[in-house]
Amino acid sequence: MLKLFFSNQLYLGLAQALVAALAAMVVVVLARKRGIHLERDTLIAMVRGIVQIVAVGSILLLLLRGPRWTSGLLLAGMITAAGATSARRAKGMPDAFRVSAWSIALGAGSVIALMTWLGVIDTAITSLVPVGSMLIANAMNTNGLALNRFRSDVLAHVGEIETALALGAEAKTSVSPYVQASIESSLIPAIDSIRSLGIVWIPGLMAGMLLSGARPVYAAIYQFVVLAMIFAASGLTSLVSTLLIRDRIFTPAQQLSLQPGR
Amino acid sequence: MTTPPTSDPIVRTEHLGRVVKDKVLVEDVTFEVRTGEVLAVVGPSGSGKSSLLRLLNRLDEPTSGTVYVEGTDYRQVAPRELRRKLGLVNQRPYLFPGTVDENLQFGPRQRGESLSPESIEQLLARVGLKDYASRNVANLSGGEAQRVSVARTLANSPLVLLLDEPTSALDEASKLEVESAIQNVVHDHGLTCILVTHDTAQAARLAERALLLESGHVVRIGSVSEVLHA
Repeated sequence: MLKLFFSNQLYLGLAQALVAALAAMVVVVLARKRGIHLERDTLIAMVRGIVQIVAVGSILLLLLRGPRWTSGLLLAGMITAAGATSARRAKGMPDAFRVSAWSIALGAGSVIALMTWLGVIDTAITSLVPVGSMLIANAMNTNGLALNRFRSDVLAHVGEIETALALGAEAKTSVSPYVQASIESSLIPAIDSIRSLGIVWIPGLMAGMLLSGARPVYAAIYQFVVLAMIFAASGLTSLVSTLLIRDRIFTPAQQLSLQPGR
Repeated sequence: MTTPPTSDPIVRTEHLGRVVKDKVLVEDVTFEVRTGEVLAVVGPSGSGKSSLLRLLNRLDEPTSGTVYVEGTDYRQVAPRELRRKLGLVNQRPYLFPGTVDENLQFGPRQRGESLSPESIEQLLARVGLKDYASRNVANLSGGEAQRVSVARTLANSPLVLLLDEPTSALDEASKLEVESAIQNVVHDHGLTCILVTHDTAQAARLAERALLLESGHVVRIGSVSEVLHA
């Protein structure tokens, strides 16, 4: 219907963004009526999201004409920003930003590097940056989920953890059930995405490839490739981040420093 | 059979203290416990009794002073070995999911050891839970769970048993069961023990000496009757 009113693509895009944002705000209002306050976080997230993606779109436009190494810079910038974003999900955790940034760099970065070297990801900026950003964004979400779950599990089981320590367990043994649960739960979205591929959803990348004239079967296979890479990047990120944070919640004398109210 | 206290203190604290964000939890606590002795740490709620026990087990780090275990500064001892020597039993048992046997094996397994079925039965007999080894801990009563917790700590063969309000979360009947298990373990087997309790009657029943803490400071230390009836 919007197409009837807007012939200019830019204006059409803005109108579509406004309508989609309104749908999100309706949910916020519904939530508010039930006493769940999402207004501030949602509003800030949406404004940030639109500004950032438009800015990146504009930068991409410039980079498309630049040398290929600039995509490396862009991805490094994305990893740093992803680290900062998911560190916020781990409030009170020591060194959360560094842990998140290193984990995403190792998790998503190594998969991007390996897959680019093997030729699974094309080195052209138009391919490397969007695919790389998908891996980084998913690694960021997984990292946030893993750290958040680990933090709440540890805070809810201080008694059990300290009992294990008091019985002579190593620090890493005392929290191993919570490390495992955090990794498993953080990977549920990535596993569900692969499981429901094509049945519940047709991801954006495949839709984009179809629109730009790629053969449907290749577009479908490549979508699986992307999701498998996302799983690899997310799994590695979650594994690294929980292991790094695990060592930081104990003092050198194996005392649990992450405690409620401290 | 009670082992008579020997001359060398097994645990000695020296000006032990812990301050967190300007809040004094424990300050300038100096005392000693000899082999085979039972010392009750008494005092009102919030007086620092549990904080003191956490310092002895080194679950928290002292901000001043230290503890000597068998004459050695405990900061020179690996934390895991120290915690095996000074075995802590918490107010709540915090049993690990699984069987009683698996809980008792937990401590020894951390050192790559395993207890024989006979040793498990002996430990359980000491706390009045014979034939409980294969039971799932989810089906135990509060008193039974706390006795398993005591047996689990004993499975590490500690030099000193640290008991943190072991009966305060229990009903009267369970409390008597646990107290009787402690009597058996401590008095009949001559195990050195530091018992934190707010229950002065319990302190009088179980201990020979007492230490009264108030606002983190030692107010009195001496025989139970001297401290409790002064």
